[in-house]
This record gives sequence, C-alpha cells and structure tokens, in this order.
Amino acid sequence: MSTRSIGQEFTKGLWNENPVLRQLLGLCPTLAVTGWVINGLAMGLATSFVLIFSSIVVSIIKKLIPSQVRIASYIVIIATFVTVADRFLAAYFPDISKDLGPYVPLIVVNCIILGRQEAFSSKNSVGRSLIDALGMSSGFVLTLLVLSSIREILGSGTYLGHQVMGSWFTPWIIMILPAGAFLALGILLGIALHIEKKTKSRI
Amino acid sequence: MELVAIFISAILVNNFVLYYFLGICPFLGVSKKIDSAISMGLAVTFVMTITAVVSWAINNWILIPHGLDYLKIVSFILVIASLVQLVEMFIRKVSPPLYQALGIYLPLITTNCAIMGLALLVALREYGFAEAVVFGLGSGLGFTLAIILMAAIREQLDLADIPEPLKGAGISLIVASIMALAFMGFIGMIK
Repeated sequence: MSTRSIGQEFTKGLWNENPVLRQLLGLCPTLAVTGWVINGLAMGLATSFVLIFSSIVVSIIKKLIPSQVRIASYIVIIATFVTVADRFLAAYFPDISKDLGPYVPLIVVNCIILGRQEAFSSKNSVGRSLIDALGMSSGFVLTLLVLSSIREILGSGTYLGHQVMGSWFTPWIIMILPAGAFLALGILLGIALHIEKKTKSRI
Repeated sequence: MELVAIFISAILVNNFVLYYFLGICPFLGVSKKIDSAISMGLAVTFVMTITAVVSWAINNWILIPHGLDYLKIVSFILVIASLVQLVEMFIRKVSPPLYQALGIYLPLITTNCAIMGLALLVALREYGFAEAVVFGLGSGLGFTLAIILMAAIREQLDLADIPEPLKGAGISLIVASIMALAFMGFIGMIK
C-alpha cells in the first residue's frame, strides 16, 4: 500500500508524475485537439470525467475481477463512461463534439486511463483512487490548457475566440496545423525536463 | 478513381501519424531501430486492414440495422482486442517466422489508438466495403512509411549534439513536426 499522504497523492499528478509531460501518456489527444483552447478544455474535462468514474468503479469492484480478464474488464468499464461522455457532448455541445470528431470515442484507448486502473485503482482503496484520479486529471487538463493556450495565441492571435493580439501581430498559422502541435509539445517537454533538472540540482 | 484517391490520401496527405496524431505511442516508442520500425509498421498494416473489414461488417450488418449505434465504442474496442489475440494465435500456428518478426509487437497494437481510430473513421465517413479496405491498407502503409522515416532519422540523431533536456522524446517530436511540415506538401495531390 502507498505510504504517501493524501495531499501528495493528489499533487504527484500535477508535476512529478504528470501524465503527459513526465510519463508521455495520452499524447494523441494532447496533440490532436489543442489547436483551440475550448477544444483542449473540453477534451481535458471529458477525459477527467472518464478517468475519475472509471477509477471509482474499478477500485470498488477490484476484488470481484479475476486477474486474467482484468484488462478486458477495465476496458469495458472505461468504454461505458466514454460512451456517456460522447453522448453528453453530442447532446449539449454539438459544435465542440463535431470539432473533436473521433477523438472523444478515442478516449477509450487513452493510455492514461487504462494505466491508472492497472497501476493504482486495482490496488488501492476507493478514497485514494479518487484522489489519484483527481490529481492525474488536473495534471492532464493543465497540460492541455497550457499547450492549447500557446497554440491558439500564437496560431490565430485569439484566446477562447477573443482577439488578444494587436493588429501588428501576424498569426503563425503553422501553430494550429499538425506540425505546430508536434513542435509546441516537443519544446514544452524540453522545458519541463529542464525545470525538473534545475530544481533537482538545487536540492 | 475514388479508391485511388482514398488510398493516396491515406498514405500521404492525411497520414495517420502526422495528420491525425493517431498511433503516436508506437511512433515514438518503437522508432529507435529501422528493423523494429519495419516490423511494427507491417504488424499495424496487417491488423488495420483486417480491422477495417471486421469493423465495417459489424457496423453495417449488426449495429446500424438494429439501431445499436450507441454501442459502437464498446463493441469496436472488444472486437479489436479479441481480433489481435486471434491474429496472434493464427500467425503463431501458421507461420512461425512471421510470428518471430511480429510477435512482440502484436499485443502492443491492441492499445494502439490508430486501430480504434481507423474503425471509428470508417464508421464516421460511412465508407462502402471496398473503400473501407483500401482506407485500412493505405492508412497502415502510411503509418509504416512515417515510422520507418522516423527510425532512419533517429539512427542519425544518435550522433548529433542535442541540448540535454530535448534528448529522447523532445527532439523526436520536433523531428515529427518537420516531417509533418514536409508531408503538407502533398496536400495539392488530392483536391
């Protein structure tokens, strides 16, 4: 069992074990939907919803699942919540749902979610799993938010659809294209590693 | 003509890795050596083509006629998982050399979002049977092309002087960015 305090269980998802920047999980949605802040946010929240509820369910029924079929069971549980999220977005936010296209159903193969079930929820109590899922979700949402902010401001000069850059600014169209996604994430990963090294060496 | 357009667009213009960002994990994880990149690419192409056929059949013969559209996500993921398992068992029985080559990569493919993405895109675009097969094959070849190119570049990168924090994933993503830029040049091929 984990020896971390509840607080550490939450904050590890924000930085030390940040799913995108440190574990390199869930890169597909991270790259695909971060051209606009609103899409990044919607994707982050949808993924969080699935992660949190799957973690709760898996940690409740962990003793009932035979270990040979655990992966398949996790996938069915995850797929159920993904279907809920997909239908919800399609019903209440049809525009966003259309923009995100196949990426909402693809949350089901997001390795962050399956990874947390296998590594954490299947071994820990409901409370701890919930805290862990909340931390990981926050880390994921924050990363998407940072990346999509960079890409939207540089790529189209707007933030959440509002003009923020003056008329002098020529949008770097490339930042909202696929190439810009790779470039921005690559540099962000470099910066994260650099900060990590700097703080480590100070201690 | 329509089929040729789908095929070319799946390989070059709407490349799965560089345009849809699907299959990034193996693209970064298995692209250190050209040999393993080729094996991974072939395994993905193989599974993608079969997935296109099977998911098309399930969607058009079972889900749509019975109004079970909302079960798409659950049924596709289960079918893909069992399909990969079946393919693995089949290859081990029929062709041990092929199993040696693809063996360890096959289980990894289950959680590859490219396969699931393919099944979803085939359903979303309402492709006919022939179109689905061509799209599956083309997408697989596109993935293979991207991962082999990436592996070739990374073998050279080993000798390059890269800033410490960018080593590994960082520089790979930046290389991918330049590749995506290059592939944008193909857009003019398909109107």
